[in-house]
Order: sequence, then C-alpha cells, then structure tokens
Amino acid sequence: MMRLELVKRPQRSMLFSALSPFLAFGLTIIAGAIMFALLGVNPLSAFRIYFIEPISQVWQLHELAIKAAPLILIAVGLSVCYKANIWNIGAEGQFILGAIVGSMIPVLFPEFEGPLVLPLMLLFGMVGGAAYAAIPALLKTRFGTNEILTSLMLVYVAQLFLDWLVRGPWRDPQGHGFPQTVQFNDSAILPELMPDAGRANWGFVFALVAAVAIWILMSRMLKGFEVRVLGSSPRAGRFAGFGLNRMVFFAFLLSGALAGLAGISEVSGAIGQLQPVISPGYGFTAIIVAFLGRLNPLGIVAAGLVLALTYLGGEAVQSALGISDKVARVFQGMLLFFVLGCDTLIHYRIRLIGLAAPKLEAAPKLKEAR
Amino acid sequence: MDITVNILLTIATAATPLLIAAIGELVVERSGVLNLGVEGMMIMGAVGGFGAGYLTGSPWIGLLAAVAMGAVFSLLFAVMTLSLATNQVATGLSLTLLGLGLSGMMGTSFVGQPGERLPNLDIPGLTSIPVIGRLLFGQDPIFYISIALTAAVMWFLFKTRTGLTLRSIGDSHTSAHALGIKVIRYRYLAVIFGGACAGLAGGHLSLVYTPQWVENMAAGRGWIALALVVFASWRPWRVLAGAYIFGAVWIGQLHAQAFGIPVPSQLLSSLPYLATVVVLVLISRNKRLTMMNTPASLGQPFVPDR
Repeated sequence: MMRLELVKRPQRSMLFSALSPFLAFGLTIIAGAIMFALLGVNPLSAFRIYFIEPISQVWQLHELAIKAAPLILIAVGLSVCYKANIWNIGAEGQFILGAIVGSMIPVLFPEFEGPLVLPLMLLFGMVGGAAYAAIPALLKTRFGTNEILTSLMLVYVAQLFLDWLVRGPWRDPQGHGFPQTVQFNDSAILPELMPDAGRANWGFVFALVAAVAIWILMSRMLKGFEVRVLGSSPRAGRFAGFGLNRMVFFAFLLSGALAGLAGISEVSGAIGQLQPVISPGYGFTAIIVAFLGRLNPLGIVAAGLVLALTYLGGEAVQSALGISDKVARVFQGMLLFFVLGCDTLIHYRIRLIGLAAPKLEAAPKLKEAR
Repeated sequence: MDITVNILLTIATAATPLLIAAIGELVVERSGVLNLGVEGMMIMGAVGGFGAGYLTGSPWIGLLAAVAMGAVFSLLFAVMTLSLATNQVATGLSLTLLGLGLSGMMGTSFVGQPGERLPNLDIPGLTSIPVIGRLLFGQDPIFYISIALTAAVMWFLFKTRTGLTLRSIGDSHTSAHALGIKVIRYRYLAVIFGGACAGLAGGHLSLVYTPQWVENMAAGRGWIALALVVFASWRPWRVLAGAYIFGAVWIGQLHAQAFGIPVPSQLLSSLPYLATVVVLVLISRNKRLTMMNTPASLGQPFVPDR
C-alpha cells in the first residue's frame, strides 16, 4: 500500500507554474488515447481526426476563431472573479441574457438600420449580461447568499426564458412555426473579418482586445492589485481599505458584461437570429479555459484556442468515426481535472511513501542542523 | 381522496432523489469538504443504473450499479482534493462537467430504449388498506431507503462517537489532526458515502422516476440538493423537510402545466430554480443561524504537516 504525501515548497515553483498546463495536456492525451482504445478506435488515427484535421485549412482556422471568441471573452471575465475568490459560475446565463437584450433591437425594430445598430446592440448585450450578473452579486452582498448556487440556478431560468421568447412573443410569424426569431437585418450582423477566407467575425477581435485590456487592468492598475489582495487575503484587503462588497459587484458586473458581449456577438455573428439553444455550453467550458489559462488573460487566449479545438474535434470524430460528440465534453472535463492536479506541483512536492515505519531519525538531524 | 393520495405519492417520488443526494452531501460537508460535483455523480449514477438494468434485465442490479458508479466517480474528487489538496470548488465543478460529458457518451446507445423499473412494494393485506396503505406500504424501494438513510445519518452524526469525530473534523481539521484523528481518512470515507448517495439518487431517476435514459436527466437536481444542505443549515431532518417542499414545488408546476393554467410552461418549469434562489436568500438573511451551523473549515484544503 502506497500513500501520497504533500510537502510544501518554500516558494512557488516557477518551473511547474509554466509547465503545468502542458503536463495536463499531455496527461489528457494519454487518457484520451486509452478512452479511444476502449471505444475500439485506433488512438493515432482518432487523434489525427480530432486535433489535426479540423485545423488543416484556412477556413477551418476561421471556424476555430468563431468557437474560441466566446470562450476567451467569458473566461477573461471569470478570471477576474476567480482571482478575487468570487465564484461566478453562471456565465452561461449571462451569455444568454446578453444575447436576448442585445437582440431586442433587430427583433423589435427590424426596420431600424444604419451604422448605429451594431454598437447599440453590443452595448445592450453587455448591459443585459451585467444586469443578470448583478442579481447574485446583490444577493451575496445584501444577504450573504452563496453566489455559486444562485448564479447557477439563474442559468436554468435564462435558458427557459429564451425558450419562451423564441416560441412565444418573439417567434418569427413567417417562420413556418419554427421556434426562432426573424433573421437579423444586414446592419445587425457582425461583419466577417476576411469574407473571402472564412467566416470568422469581429467577435474574435473583441476577445483579443478584452484579453489585453484585462491583462493591463490586472497587472498594471490599482484595481487589479485590489482584486489579487482581496482574493488571497480578505483580511489584509480590509486593512488596506478595499471594500469586499464593492469588489463582488465589480467582478460580477465585469464578467457578466463580457459574457453578455460574447452572447450578442455569437447571435449577431455566427447565428444571425435567436433560437432556443444558442450555446453549446460556452459559459461552462469557459470555466475550464480560465483555469487552463492559469487565470492569466494571455494564457486564456491560448487556452481558448485549445478548448475551441476540442469542440471542432468532437464534431469531426462524430462525423468520421460515429463517436458521440460528447467526447468533446469528456476531453474538456479531463483537461480541467489534470490541470488542477498538476497545479498542486506548483506549491507542493509530491512524495510517494510506503506505509512502513515512519522515519523517526529525521527529527534529531534537524536539531543538529540548527 | 384518491387524487390526494396520488399527488402525495408523486411528491414523494420527486422528493426522494433530492433527499438522498442532499443527505449524502450533508455528511460530506459536515466533514468539512464541499463537493460541488453532486450533479455529475448523480448523472453518472443515472446512466450506470439504467445501463446495468437494461443490459442485465434486473433493476436491482441497476440499483447496485448506480450506487457503485456514484461512489467510484466521487473517488476521483477525493483523490484530487484530499490527496492533492486541489481547490474544492474548481474540482467539484470539473467533476460535474466531466460527469455530464461521460454520461452523455456512455448513454448514446441507451437513448430511446425501454428501461427496467424497480417494482413498488406490495404487501398483501397492508398495501390495499385505503388511503394510508399505498402511502406507507406501496412505494418504491428507494423511498424506504431514503427515509431509513435520513434516520441513520441523524443517529450517526449526533449519537455516535464516530459522528462526533466527523463533525469535529469539519469544524477544525487542524485541532482534529493535532488530537491524532485521521482527518484525510475520515474525509475519504465521507466523500465516497456522498458519492454513493448521489449515485443512488441518480439511479432513482432512471430506475423509478422515469425508467429511461435521457441525456442530462438530472436537470439541476444535484445543484438543488446542494442548496438544500445550506437551506437545512446542515441538519438532516431539515433536509427531509426541504426535499419534500421542493418535491411539492416540482410536482406542483408539472400539474399546473397539465391543467393548462394560462401561464407560460417555461415560467412554471423555472419555478424550482427560482424557489431555490428565494429559499437560499431567506435562509442566508438569518446570519446567526448560518454562522452557527456552517462547518467552520468547509471548503478549505487540508495538508497534514508532520
């Protein structure tokens, strides 16, 4: 019988801090190979279909950018929350509300056209997401209600609300009864970046801008310092005069606004109308992106691309090998598990010890050394 | 009269999975560990229970498989948070995400297949007593397990020495460790117990509640169970009361939809989730009650120093 023992490192290991995401990715690949083998598929060819073929042509890279944009946008917002030890896990709901509020303009005023439409939609989207995120923030600061559970419950409510809208009041009367709104008019569609090469739209640019902006905020501005202090030691933060309640609102409103922006960008860019389901779980996958990116905005950009690839790969193995596209979810879950496990190596050394006699001679040696 | 009995029976069926999952999580949290993976363990229990029942033709084997599935899946969480001291919130979330993905993949071939249902209790002479007969002697076996489990946990936590030790670990793992108590070992057992309960709750969904496999069929019940533990301020009998209140809400909105009440069905469907939020707010307004009952070291990683 063996036992794991953790030995605290005197300071955090820079080596493992940099290495851990790669280590986690490697372990995911190994576990994935075992999984494919169990499914009766040759792991090597499965990996080629999963990780290489979906990004071997230029138009496919555009698809990657389309999937990565919402993940990055949401995850950079969440990284601020998690750094501050505030647990917003309802980004999926804020994404949906952003999409709904932003879509009010093209759905309710389809005749309204011109260059003002898009900026207004994006603004509405951010306001919608932020307002929805304000609910758990308000409940937490006002009543001390656990924000994990409230923000998550509101995801289900948002999904049902969207379902009601597109089947009820917002349904396209000319849509042959399909549960969807009218197609947005041209001025409400987020333009593509390079229409000749592929479908990628401005949403990816928003994601990159948001990542850089949050990086500057977190590493160069007082607010970022406040986030880190309150996150690692709320007591120290209070002595420094940083308000915890204000921070809860700041983190929720910021992450909610970014999730809302992701929502309206997705609807106006990739979809072009509202449907009962507008997200393959971006709000939850973004949690993985945030951790895989080490809660660092620039790391999150890389992690967002990796997770976007897991979506594309899932679709690819489904069509090529007939495996359920849920395999993408499994990869994502494993990746998060391994990255959390590998992060332990940053703060601890891991020793494997047998359950034999404990080493008593260690104590006197310590005395001699002193 | 018959309608009342039928409604009470459906409420009990809706409340049972919430009760079992919440009772399991209560023990986990009393030991100082916050496992947010209840939804994931539950859905794994549901797919494991359905699959084993479907493949062997015996719902009883399905029941055992559901429990085993939940327990094994929770072991993953235990190794991560207890042996590797990872962040419990993030690890619990990833357990849920992984569970949703894995169950979807494992269940692909079960979609649309007829499942095995656990038979209701039927005692000649007793079950046929009017009104109380079916309520007391005619329900599904997991209902009786859930009630017995609640009583057993209540007794274990507050009347046994081991239960006292478990609670002391939840309140201060450092002191408990200093007293020579094997903190990590206790917590491993608590987490696995919680996983087995969540698996059983999932098995109830796919072997009793709706004997079929539907992707994502836990539909947030795992999260509601987590909320129930907070609502109950970590007391088993309050979990029982809470589970039945939520069972009533769940069934109430279904009946309202069936009666064609002129309210959007989506609004009715969202009632259990909205009720959870309202209930959490009401309970957290009472700061003293929450402060007094929350296990003091809940959610904090523990690395024994030696």
